Amino acid sequence: MNTAKQQSLGPLFTSPDPDEARAYFRTKSRAKANKLMSLKEAVERFIHDGDYLSIGGFGTTRTPLAACHEIVRQGLKNMGFAGHTSTHDFQILAAGEVFDRVDIAYVIGLEARGMSPCARAYMESGRVRICEWSNFSLAARLKAAAMGIPFLPTRNMLGTDTFRYSAAKVMTCPFTDKTMMLQPALYPDVAVIHVHEADVHGNCRIKGSVISDDDLACASKKLIITTERLITNDEIRNDPDRTVIPYYLVDAVCEVPLGAYPGSMPYEYFSDEVHLKEWLTVQSEQDNFAAFLKRNIYECPDHKTYIERNGGIPKIKELRAKELLLHKEAINAKL
Amino acid sequence: MQNYNIMELMICVAARELGNGQTAGIGTGAPCAAAMLSQKTLAPDLVIMFESGGVDPLLSEIPISVGDSRTFYRALMVGSMFEIMQTCSRGMVDYAILGGAQIDMYGNINSTMLGRNYHKPAVRLPGSGGSNDFASLCWRTIIMSVQEKKRFVKRLDFMTAPGWLEGGKSREQSGLPADSGPYRVITNMAVMDFEPETKRMRVISLNRGYTFDDVQNNCEFELLSAPRIFTTKPPTAMELRILREEIDPNRNIIGR
Repeated sequence: MNTAKQQSLGPLFTSPDPDEARAYFRTKSRAKANKLMSLKEAVERFIHDGDYLSIGGFGTTRTPLAACHEIVRQGLKNMGFAGHTSTHDFQILAAGEVFDRVDIAYVIGLEARGMSPCARAYMESGRVRICEWSNFSLAARLKAAAMGIPFLPTRNMLGTDTFRYSAAKVMTCPFTDKTMMLQPALYPDVAVIHVHEADVHGNCRIKGSVISDDDLACASKKLIITTERLITNDEIRNDPDRTVIPYYLVDAVCEVPLGAYPGSMPYEYFSDEVHLKEWLTVQSEQDNFAAFLKRNIYECPDHKTYIERNGGIPKIKELRAKELLLHKEAINAKL
Repeated sequence: MQNYNIMELMICVAARELGNGQTAGIGTGAPCAAAMLSQKTLAPDLVIMFESGGVDPLLSEIPISVGDSRTFYRALMVGSMFEIMQTCSRGMVDYAILGGAQIDMYGNINSTMLGRNYHKPAVRLPGSGGSNDFASLCWRTIIMSVQEKKRFVKRLDFMTAPGWLEGGKSREQSGLPADSGPYRVITNMAVMDFEPETKRMRVISLNRGYTFDDVQNNCEFELLSAPRIFTTKPPTAMELRILREEIDPNRNIIGR
């Protein structure tokens, strides 16, 4: 099989040109401004119809779900989207029919919980243009963009239909003569990342896995941060080792406690599996689903109200206990 | 009378294939249960890695998501997705355990879509996730699947993750790392490997109660037979006790 001569068929939704990116980043503000604003304002100002969007986190972990609700609530449409193990966030955005083109690594499923009927129906509708990738490929595409280079060579996807329906290219390595997969840099127009702590300038701390958010923050032209807590700039300077995202990558800082709910936030709260199950089961009845979306998104003013409508503080206490007990009890000490 | 179900059987058999002191890229579900069982029986120093970044967590229960905090509970390190994948690419991850909607005779896997037309799928599935990456870059891929004709197919509707591609030397010729590839297929009926020259799937061990013909009748393509076919050791009482009491007490996986 001479893979080196094979061509991929998928569409490239974003330009990998590093000089176009440099021209943009040249103009990006380096001012240490106060970027604190409401999530509503941040979405209004920095996310536009037609933009290519990327969402931080992984699956239902540290995913900015409050922001996904806001994006759907504001009725954004015709967006591009990077589905990098995108589960409940994908389901929310699919319910709002926010995107019309998707770079797919993992979508539709909610991992062990099952498949999302609304996301599957939307993806099977023929109204969404798609391009196949894998998780490593999307991570490498963001890494290439973060590095300011047009592509990164990898050794995955070779010989498969995942390559055939991607927009990657293959080439022969000039040093080793081996066939390499070239992952084109992915510069999203806008990204949203949920973090544990940030100051008002946008210096951010993340606990647990950063997944690809260090690279995503660099790669994205505009970046909205939602944070569990605000901390002072002084605190950032006391421990600069912990800054994962520096302020000059950030356009907006939104204080959104529980911003990953109903997903989980490492060392803060576990996912609300009851509510996630409700999301999946309510979709079997079209009218019920519409009412459910109305109650939880369209006619829900903000994230605080959403949480109150789904259990409020008692529920959050339960999710905190679930997450924190896990980290306190050496259940498996003998291993 | 068997005192275990299909899922318990596959998990126990898969657990025995993992080596002590080696590394494995693992997802949620049955592969995770198998790796945990392996740690609690034959391979206490098996290092589990999750694509989301967790390295060697002390797993007290099966994570519901590959990213949830259980995947780095009391771990040695929690890095990034790129960090785990580059470790695979560098040749330091020995095993991957994968599943899929369809598998062909060369151990290629489909988890992307069902139907003949990619643009009009009968069923759209999640896609590769990390499976293409693990199947490309880990040394030995172990595939777990129920033995059914609709799963063991002549022709995949979509090749998501690479096995031995078209057999023979085609995998290495494609540029995928030399000597990596599918190692075992573990089903409720048998254990298969791949014949060294053709790289075609071949039965090496039959699970108790099944004949070669049973396996062949639940497989669309022609299976090869090893020169000598063994009988798979059934799950032991100890394996079943650990699996039921310590690993999956709520029967989230073994109750499927």
